[in-house]
Amino acid sequence: MINIDALREKRSLGFRLPRFNRRQQTLITILLMIIFLSSVIVGGALLGNERIATNFETKNLSPSLKHPFGTDWLGRDMLTRTLKGITLSMGVGMLAATVSAFIALILGLLAATMGKWADTVVTWLVDLFLSVPHLVALILIAFALGGGMKGVIIGVAFTHWPSLTRVIRAEVLQLRSAEFIQVSKKMGKSRWWIAVKHILPHLIPQFFIGLMLLFPHAVLHEASITFLGFGLSPHQPAIGIILSESMRYLSTGMWWLAFFPGLSLLIMVRAFDILGDHLHMLMDPHHAHN
Amino acid sequence: MRWIKWIKNRFIPSKPESVVGLSWESADFGGAETGSKTVLEVEDLSVSFVQYEKGLQQKQMKVISSLDIAINRGEILAVVGSSGSGKSLLAHAILGILPENASVTGSIKYNGKELTLQRQAMLRGNEIALVPQSVNYLDPLMQVGAQVRTGIKNGDALAVQREVFDRYQLKPEVDRFYPFQLSGGMARRILISTAIVSDAQLVIADEPTPGLDPEVVEETLGYFREMSARGCAVMLITHDIETALKIADKVAVFYAGTTVEVAPIENFSGDGEALRHPYSKALWRALPQNGFMPIPGAQPMPNNLPEGCLFAPRCSMATSECSIKQPKVRKLRDGMVRCGHAT
Amino acid sequence: MLLEAQDIGFRYSKGPWILRGVDMHIAQGEIVGLVGPSGCGKSTFGRILAGYEWPLEGHVTLGGEPLPTAGYQPVQLVFQHPEKAVNSRWRLGDTLKEGWVPEASLLEALGIEQEWFKRWPNELSGGELQRFCIARALGPKTRFLIADEMTTMLDAITQAQIWHVVLEIAKKQNMGILVVSHEWNLIKRLCSRIIELSIVNRDRE
Repeated sequence: MINIDALREKRSLGFRLPRFNRRQQTLITILLMIIFLSSVIVGGALLGNERIATNFETKNLSPSLKHPFGTDWLGRDMLTRTLKGITLSMGVGMLAATVSAFIALILGLLAATMGKWADTVVTWLVDLFLSVPHLVALILIAFALGGGMKGVIIGVAFTHWPSLTRVIRAEVLQLRSAEFIQVSKKMGKSRWWIAVKHILPHLIPQFFIGLMLLFPHAVLHEASITFLGFGLSPHQPAIGIILSESMRYLSTGMWWLAFFPGLSLLIMVRAFDILGDHLHMLMDPHHAHN
Repeated sequence: MRWIKWIKNRFIPSKPESVVGLSWESADFGGAETGSKTVLEVEDLSVSFVQYEKGLQQKQMKVISSLDIAINRGEILAVVGSSGSGKSLLAHAILGILPENASVTGSIKYNGKELTLQRQAMLRGNEIALVPQSVNYLDPLMQVGAQVRTGIKNGDALAVQREVFDRYQLKPEVDRFYPFQLSGGMARRILISTAIVSDAQLVIADEPTPGLDPEVVEETLGYFREMSARGCAVMLITHDIETALKIADKVAVFYAGTTVEVAPIENFSGDGEALRHPYSKALWRALPQNGFMPIPGAQPMPNNLPEGCLFAPRCSMATSECSIKQPKVRKLRDGMVRCGHAT
Repeated sequence: MLLEAQDIGFRYSKGPWILRGVDMHIAQGEIVGLVGPSGCGKSTFGRILAGYEWPLEGHVTLGGEPLPTAGYQPVQLVFQHPEKAVNSRWRLGDTLKEGWVPEASLLEALGIEQEWFKRWPNELSGGELQRFCIARALGPKTRFLIADEMTTMLDAITQAQIWHVVLEIAKKQNMGILVVSHEWNLIKRLCSRIIELSIVNRDRE
């Protein structure tokens, strides 16, 4: 191994090494994101209910040191409400995205390994779901299931799988014609053995990256349908509920009611996005050595 | 200014350009005729890649180490080596198209002047041309005639392109073909046309004949011979010694990222006794039409290079000093060798 | 035991016929060369013999029986590019043992080092990977080996190394080999009989 610092001193026709290499930067970003996200989520879960108890002495306060996000018309601390709302939304989003990713994995595998008929059905389903706007399908499903937590999770899970299914199906199709798979058949290995031992290890990175990139979508869509009133019930401290309730008070000049929760939601979603992108970079061989 | 000088160089060959700054190795090496001019001179070139080893550890992989090579005007140099010997990377280093994680040390001189990244960008496609391996290097959505014309910087582009196509028996309708419509032989002629119309002084052909039928190989090699007759320096990269011997003036043998020997082609005959380096000899004797005699061992990977001479672990002539320090290139019998024991 | 191809015809979907009326046979212990210009269907024919493609016309038989469809195949094929023929996410030791467990003497003869077992495919050279692919295909149940440009990508020294070992094993196990290559010198050196596909292929002149 050669000392990289010593090499840096030498004349080179281009390219200087940054202080951290790319992989280190990526990992640092990933760690920061995980710390940030988990502290928000865990914080929200651990916070007590006393700050969101109704207290008319502190109602309608604009942001201050004591209440950084202000308080609402019932005197509840908006920071606490936002944190709790985000925790709930994230939980719902994660659960839904995970279910969705597993649906994608199974359908993708089925489409690519079970023959023409299965492939036609799955491709048709993918096209069908992609041709309907997410939100419309989501509302239909959630509404049909009677709304609430169950409706939202199932709704989000059943609308977010198509794009990842496509990716996985394409990957499997490509792998199936790979020489090492064909050789494996000639070594007497069964279809099932090949799928598990040869194909699955190639899908795992795709699966995790897909899952990470699904989170933000799932969270936003959960918030959206809750905001529209088809999602979680008003008794649950979801971020969508906070936003929709706040709408009524915006005209009275209480901008903080919607501004901070909305901004927090965006930041959280963006953090997940960054996390997914960086994981992608870490696992994708095209970026691996830069 | 640069191009005026260049035109002078090209069209007034009788007046030898100054060879100031050139080392003895390249200035007079291989020059059968007097006044021959070194077009390309590579000295002590090393190319390393930064790669991740495990987790966060980065490691320098030396894929080319202290490589020396020189080509004169009108000369064909064949670069012969197995895959992984670094021959394609040499071409990429000369053209300045190495990936970002590569770092380069040593010097590459073109017409006696150091090749910087800017000069490389300026020269490639004009004075330095690449003949790539396949049609995949052509733009699939552009008619081939137009693609060839983009390389023509001065004069009537259409006339020049037609003339070159005529010379290679490419009919006028071929101008309007898209790459997918070309047959293998036509594609080869088009790829070579792109190099010719650019008025290149240095043509680098990277494995131009793999998987081609013998007649097509002959034809392709003929084009390179023609180019060199017009004063071009041609670097033919191949893993096939036979192809190399058909047209080259001299052969550079690559092993594990360095030149172990440069020899005139006449040395590749009989039992290989005229060759200098033990690896070249072994390579020659392993050909099916010669002895088909293997030697044990394998070419080391870039992440696992031996300390001293890169060939020492497989060499029957190796002594203890061979495994301490890599021998320097030295001149030997009208050629070059990187071996202390060669005679 | 004979590996026989009778009246083979093959084309991709509605494309032109690549092979038509091709007859050929290899006996056990025989080393036969298959030559022809590029694109003449040499590789396709090799794939048909090894059961990688099914012929549209004619049939391939091994000892009079059709090729088996399950289990370890008695006709094994080694490809030109070993990088594609091994799973990039498997350590090479696992790849080696996929079909059978080669004994130490074979590995030694092929120059495969124990230390390579723990490595990933991108850590070895093409020549080293090809040794793994060959060892994998030389199981005790292998009766015939189709070598489709098996050493084309390798340097002459590695090529000679590998063929010397393969010939020796073929003799010991009484294995038949079809050498598919465009290199006349190699074919002349290795084979006792040479087939020119352009001559036996009725669809092409």
